[in-house]
Amino acid sequence: MIEFKHVSKEFVTNNGKVSAVSDLNLSVEDGNILGIVGYSGAGKSTLIRMLNGLETPTSGEVDVNGAKIASLTGKVLRKQRQKIGMIFQHFNLLWSRTVVENIMFPLEIAGLGKAERLAKAEELTTLVGLKGKENAYPSELSGGQKQRVGIARALANDPEILICDEATSALDPQTTDEILDLLLQINHKLNLTIVLITHEMHVVRKICDHVAVMENGKLVEDGLVLDVFKRPQQDVTKRFVNQEVTPAMHDTEIAVHELIEAYPQGLIVQLTFHSTQTQMPIISEMLRQIPEIDFNIVEGSIHQTQGGPIGTLYIQLTGPKESLDQAIPFLQKMKVETEVLHYGD
Amino acid sequence: MGTNTWASYFNFSAVNWVDFWANTWETISMTLISTIAVAILGILLGLILFETKQKTTGKIMIWSKVINWVVSALVNIFRSIPFIILIVLLLPFTKALVGSIIGPVAALPALIISAAPFYARMVELAFREIDYGVIEAAEAMGANKIQIIWKVLLRESLPALISGVTVTGITIIGYTAMAGTIGAGGLGNWAFIEGYGANNNTVTLVATVTIIIIVAIFQLIGDQSAKLIDKRNN
Repeated sequence: MIEFKHVSKEFVTNNGKVSAVSDLNLSVEDGNILGIVGYSGAGKSTLIRMLNGLETPTSGEVDVNGAKIASLTGKVLRKQRQKIGMIFQHFNLLWSRTVVENIMFPLEIAGLGKAERLAKAEELTTLVGLKGKENAYPSELSGGQKQRVGIARALANDPEILICDEATSALDPQTTDEILDLLLQINHKLNLTIVLITHEMHVVRKICDHVAVMENGKLVEDGLVLDVFKRPQQDVTKRFVNQEVTPAMHDTEIAVHELIEAYPQGLIVQLTFHSTQTQMPIISEMLRQIPEIDFNIVEGSIHQTQGGPIGTLYIQLTGPKESLDQAIPFLQKMKVETEVLHYGD
Repeated sequence: MGTNTWASYFNFSAVNWVDFWANTWETISMTLISTIAVAILGILLGLILFETKQKTTGKIMIWSKVINWVVSALVNIFRSIPFIILIVLLLPFTKALVGSIIGPVAALPALIISAAPFYARMVELAFREIDYGVIEAAEAMGANKIQIIWKVLLRESLPALISGVTVTGITIIGYTAMAGTIGAGGLGNWAFIEGYGANNNTVTLVATVTIIIIVAIFQLIGDQSAKLIDKRNN
């Protein structure tokens, strides 16, 4: 269990004090994957660096499985850090060492014997899918392979938690998905708690079960990924969710606008389906129950999240006013999130 | 006269080859001993310069700043003193330390004190070129300062450290020749006494060619070992 309690961090710069994190409370249960999202400068990086004492809070408490990180120093802190794995955006491998030697590095630091180090490194090389690359140098590896080495290295000391600092931001989409699959696999296999920061909502949707949104050093929204995706409350969250759920947002807006001009009396709604609703024939049910209604699909998409699928559909409904008036209550009765974008004049 | 001038460079019978070998050996040993000493001293100084520039807080920060300022000042001062003047300046110190101001051993203090600050700056630069993220990664794994210095700083910057030793060593070869003019021995001394003093041009030419060969060998060994160790792009 990880807990941030009233955590604040101020930096003293030439222009005075800057607050990177202010009075933040957040907790993560064992075995969960928490994604912290926010734009650059939101304080995410400072926050996760408090988990292994790379940053110390100005005030507040950081608790990782009972260890009060902020109060640890010297040898005790270094011992604690061995229980926390960390992977980085730019991998941060030692280029002078081969794959196996890089994976053995944290074990050397922990003071393990050579035979044990080799056995553990071999095991991890297989786990992250780098068998056959043991003696390659980082310069001979692709970005995805480098991050696999980074993951293996982070797992070497059997950590209690894994911190991912924009771990996929330097990778292409295909490789990002492969690395995310690997992280998910490790989470399931080792029941490892993972805290990651990212600015890509795609990462959150794909592997996180919880999400926390940060803005200007504050936690503005947090909860289950599915809930936050379904009902984003804050503007910044909506922007993040929209970037992911409707990547073609701009195109959709143009299409919607054109439809409104062509059929000003029509009804345009954005529907959000989740879980089993995505598999139900809700629209055709509506057409059967409400007479004289026609519909026109503007745009639709579906995404898989760790909490189940989320679908969005933009549709235009036309027909007599009394029919259109029944449509929205019907959709609400079916528990579909309905947002009216345009209705008549 | 023209023929005579040319011929004076190739009168090999006028060269005392026993002296040649003795002087060559003196140059090589002076260079090697001072290069090794400079490498050790330079790495230590470079490490101090690098570590005292790292961000810290509180009391440590003040001490860091003071140490950094003092070491920086010393390095800059000794780096700007022309070598030939430094030798003269250090004569009393040399005499107290090695008991003599003549011979190859007497040249060592000046050689080391002159070249170490030069190398220290190169070491500092080599450490600074290491991606800070790699050091942070080692810290995140629970590495202590000694482990970071041995396993990250020195290991990751080794090619740059070796290239630096090569450049410094070649500079030292030049310095040994200069030191020779005031009695330090070696090929510089030989060329000065025999070649210039006794007007034996052949000795001067032989000394010159030998130094060029020593430099070339030094460069070759340095470049090859740096290349062998560098795993960044191969």
